[in-house]
Amino acid sequence: MGSMGNGTSDYGNSFYREKGRYKGILSWLMSTDHKRIGIQYLAAILTFFSIGVLLGLLIRLSLIAPGKILGQNTYNQVFSVHGILMIFLFIIPGVPVAFGNFFLPIMIGARDVAFPRLNRLTWWLYLTGAVLVALSLFTSGGPPDTGWTFYAPYSIKAQANITLAVTGVFVLGFSSILTGLNFVTTIHRLRAPGMTWFKLPLFVWTLYATGWVQMLATPVLAITLVFIILGRVFGVGFFDPSKGGDPILYEHLFWTYSHPAVYIMVLPAMGIISEVIPVFARKTIFGYKAVAFSALGIASVGYFVWGHHMFTSGMSDTARIIFSFITFLVAVPSGIKIFNWVSTLYKGSIVGRAPLYFALSFIFLFSIGGLTGLIIGSLAPNLHLHGTYFIVAHFHYVMFGGAGFAMLTALHYWFPKMFGKMYPEKPAKIGWFILFSGFNLLYFSMFILGYKGMPRRYFDYPPEYFNLHLMSTIGSWILAAGLAIIAGNLLWALFRGSKAPADPWGGKTLEWQTASPPPAENFYEMPAVK
Amino acid sequence: MEKSGEQRDHIGAKYGMWFFLFTEILFFGGMFILYSVYRAKYAHDFHLAAAEENLLLGSINTAVLLTSSLAIALSISAVKNGNYRLSVKLQTATVLMGLAFLVIKYFEWTDKISKGIYPDSPVLLKISAGQILFFGLYYVMTGLHGLHVLIGIVVISFMIYFTRAGDITSENFSKLENTGLYWHFVDIVWIYLFPLFYLIT
Repeated sequence: MGSMGNGTSDYGNSFYREKGRYKGILSWLMSTDHKRIGIQYLAAILTFFSIGVLLGLLIRLSLIAPGKILGQNTYNQVFSVHGILMIFLFIIPGVPVAFGNFFLPIMIGARDVAFPRLNRLTWWLYLTGAVLVALSLFTSGGPPDTGWTFYAPYSIKAQANITLAVTGVFVLGFSSILTGLNFVTTIHRLRAPGMTWFKLPLFVWTLYATGWVQMLATPVLAITLVFIILGRVFGVGFFDPSKGGDPILYEHLFWTYSHPAVYIMVLPAMGIISEVIPVFARKTIFGYKAVAFSALGIASVGYFVWGHHMFTSGMSDTARIIFSFITFLVAVPSGIKIFNWVSTLYKGSIVGRAPLYFALSFIFLFSIGGLTGLIIGSLAPNLHLHGTYFIVAHFHYVMFGGAGFAMLTALHYWFPKMFGKMYPEKPAKIGWFILFSGFNLLYFSMFILGYKGMPRRYFDYPPEYFNLHLMSTIGSWILAAGLAIIAGNLLWALFRGSKAPADPWGGKTLEWQTASPPPAENFYEMPAVK
Repeated sequence: MEKSGEQRDHIGAKYGMWFFLFTEILFFGGMFILYSVYRAKYAHDFHLAAAEENLLLGSINTAVLLTSSLAIALSISAVKNGNYRLSVKLQTATVLMGLAFLVIKYFEWTDKISKGIYPDSPVLLKISAGQILFFGLYYVMTGLHGLHVLIGIVVISFMIYFTRAGDITSENFSKLENTGLYWHFVDIVWIYLFPLFYLIT
């Protein structure tokens, strides 16, 4: 059905067969090929995602029988490690390191990123960070029990080996900064002749905006984590009230990074959706420039909303009103994207393939996540909902329903290109349906739980919350079944799938003009950019 | 077409370095924010504590670091003009001045530590909150700055090797130029640290 490039997959000449200086596993670890690095990152983030899902299931299981499955301290450790894995090892690196690495150079018609060796260094740093975090689980003191936020002063006093975990996150941050730097330089310097800024695929635009956020926000997290380490090792008390320090300042510094980090997670996810929707609607995107600029808008305004995480922490009313107002402002560019995607679908000849199913559910789930964000971004409801399951539901809708579903979209959209294999369509759609149903049962129950006052991170609760907790836990099983079907289907396709054509979906961006999987330096001859 | 490994993009390399320096500014920015918040809160204590600093050694160090920045800038001009021997001499001078800076810093730190002023020390915990924070910030900020000086020294040492080995030439000197940018950044951070810790008495 592809309109151009009808060659079938060509393993013999693909980057998988490229003879380098090294053999075996080293041909991957030592490779500077952006595609090999992307594939390795993909394997790593999906591994950590799987572990994170298992921990999440354990949390849900414990919540229908408090005390019977996990002890209180173990519960704290499990939800902390779930958060740390999912945030720092899966979803923040997520789209850019796996799909960005693989597709950014191809989509702009380049042979590789601007700094290939630096790219390899980020992969090694990522592995180092992951090893440090893993070690912190098994060294004296046990796994971290601070939550993924490492709030001071508890993180400075806690028994667990926070120092090691935080050092791991610091190293992961360094990896993230260098990836952002590399991508932004690549987009500035390595666009193919004719690939002007406003011909860039929208996924590239979002990687560009994300790269800036990675560079401008992550160093603030780095220095904040250094303060935690110095506090624990040398007793420097910047956040310790007994030494004149101020714990609230930790929250400010932490969220100065961690709110923009939300956009590191979700911006490239939006880029994926902006690629997929037009291809399956058989139309060009509605309002290309608006979608491109809204990515930059989200990236810049998103830098100034961190205070909405701290409405109940102690802040002046003036500051709270301003933060609340800017929070509403950042919803505008997100809204622009939603409306443009829907307008792209309008009067399109829609082809209902699996990637589109995931993309459409992204729009639905992200809209719920975004709109509930406005509820908690307003001052009065926030006082009621802060620190409840409403927040947990909200950020799972944005992170998992948004970034997570976008990653599944990307996986189904680009799988033929990355691996040269087609997957069976039907199991993908069945898996999608089960996942989508389980997801809503799991997390929508949490909105109601939170609205009724159930606090997050609590290990036990009064009996009136039981029914909703039970529904949520049943949802988690359905969701896991859906994920298992999706994963099984793709794994089956990896080994047994039929050969993929160069352009199975009729995509118009440059990655569909080269073979599936692509050759070592992406193109045999430079594609013309019209 | 040439292979990607053979391309050289000097402007791209410079982009990368400037982006890296942005991230460094934000890294130090976190510390400067803490400094400003706590100085606003404990202005008088900061005033008192700053009297403990050795203004003479601090001033000498400022002069040393500024001169070293001049030396690295001149070493780049020398390479551009093809005068590699002069460039190596100037880079060596930069390294020596960097080392001198660290030695002087070492004496300043040990002097304070011998007086019992270091984070979490019994002496420090008895004085006022603002002074504890001042010395905490002093050690952390000058410490992390010192670490950057040390990294700079190591990198410039490599540049000396590259210049002697002929890898850095009047045609291809972006490695050295980027190192120079980094060294100027380290210098500029000190220009802010010096008044904030030594001149507020």
